[in-house]
Amino acid sequence: MIVANRKPFEEIVELIRPYKKIVLLGCNECVTVCATGGAKEVEVLASELRMYREKEGQPIEIKEHVPERNCDPEYVEPLGAIIADAEAALSMACGCGIQFVGEHYIDKPVLPAVNTTFDGVTLEHGVWSERCLGCGNCILDKTLGICPVTRCAKSLFNGPCGGSHDGKCEVNAETPCAWQLIVDRYKERNMLDKYLEIQPLKNWSTAHHGGPRTRVREDLKL
Amino acid sequence: MSASNLERVLRSGAFAVTSECGPPRGADGEVIKKKAGLLKGYVDAINITDNQTSVVRMSSAASCFILKGLGFDPVLQMVCRDRNRIALQSDILGAAAVGISNILCLSGDHQCFGDHAGAKNVFDIDSIQLVAAVKQLRDEGKFLGGEELKAARPDMFIGCAENPFGDPFEIRAMRLAKKAAAGAQFVQTQCIFNVPKFEKWMEMVRDIGVHEKMYILAGITPFKSIGMARYMQKSVPGMDVPEDQIERLKGVPKEKVAEEGIKIAIETIQRLRQVKGVAGVHIMAIEWEEKVPEIVEGAKLLPRP
Repeated sequence: MIVANRKPFEEIVELIRPYKKIVLLGCNECVTVCATGGAKEVEVLASELRMYREKEGQPIEIKEHVPERNCDPEYVEPLGAIIADAEAALSMACGCGIQFVGEHYIDKPVLPAVNTTFDGVTLEHGVWSERCLGCGNCILDKTLGICPVTRCAKSLFNGPCGGSHDGKCEVNAETPCAWQLIVDRYKERNMLDKYLEIQPLKNWSTAHHGGPRTRVREDLKL
Repeated sequence: MSASNLERVLRSGAFAVTSECGPPRGADGEVIKKKAGLLKGYVDAINITDNQTSVVRMSSAASCFILKGLGFDPVLQMVCRDRNRIALQSDILGAAAVGISNILCLSGDHQCFGDHAGAKNVFDIDSIQLVAAVKQLRDEGKFLGGEELKAARPDMFIGCAENPFGDPFEIRAMRLAKKAAAGAQFVQTQCIFNVPKFEKWMEMVRDIGVHEKMYILAGITPFKSIGMARYMQKSVPGMDVPEDQIERLKGVPKEKVAEEGIKIAIETIQRLRQVKGVAGVHIMAIEWEEKVPEIVEGAKLLPRP
């Protein structure tokens, strides 16, 4: 899932300061799962903003709306009327959703209420962790299911740096060292010798470094 | 064989001594000349650090060039944090063109440790791949992209670093084996304070025969104060400072602590010299270069060959 964090309240207040009537969009997909921009969070933010503006003596009208997805024309096209009725949209969807809605309604500002952070998983209730950078050339078979591109702070391919300590990353004592995890798994599977293989240079052109990516399936096009 | 003095000394079988200088945070070349001047005649080569701890300093290559002009044998430290494969190869060619004959290939400290924590890191390739890159340019005359290098090849003595105290400990010797296989000819280790652990690591290194494939220079750092020892113990990633070393510093009067630190460094060198497979020492006297001669002399490593 795509994980996002709500922006600080003060920053959101500044974003919508010029407007008296806005629509606050959420999304029923990833940002709902990571408890950032689902129906519940949209309701809370809308109330907070209304109260704040009321207190400031500058009341604001906020319509709440949570489409199924913000990254699909099927769900973005029906938003026309609700966006037309507002001066601006404030969105708690991920960066993809915010942009996609903006692409459809170019005459209205679509403002970000969240900072989109990573593609990750739910470790436990209330804890999410990054797993994939979408580099376009997966090597999880070689590293036994642990991605060094994403989970090593230096994206090292040939083992841990000198700062790996007690299983933790030098950058953050809370973060597991990806290479400690990989080595542990090699050991569990009795294949530590695999570590001796030198991994060749990565071709980063399949990642974002090759420019923004588009995927086309001719057979699916209408 | 390259024009490296360090390579000449190591090949001769002599116990090598290297040291290092951190370039200044400014454009004054005199600083590096002065620091290196303190080491003249006491070391075989001088490493120049590459924006160590992610703090911006005068470039390693420019500093090496200055030292080369003064007759030193500089070791160009090069980290993968700040340059992609295009810039790395370009800098290797440039360094070779101005007569720099040694390179030390490193991953580099993460930028969060320095004063530009908001910087974007590169890590296009890692330190092992950088070792292989220098070897490919030098021996195969081929760029990483596959094109042939038609002009002069960079004639470099290739080095790497290893931290025997990093985790997971069981792969630290294998990691050095990978570096040797990639083309590293010498290694300079992380500062050694925990000698028994280093000896254990060396045993693992010898078990897989790596000491016969590359020259191993043991890292030495003298303690300047109890505060510095404590800082290295608690705050420097990958450092192993046993409590008994700090206790020893605490056991002498305050004005004698620095002297005791030098004494510990000399004793450590003498002990490491007995370890089979150790071909030399790399003395990292951090912002204390003036003490290197005393350490080298105290360890009876003079005159230099």
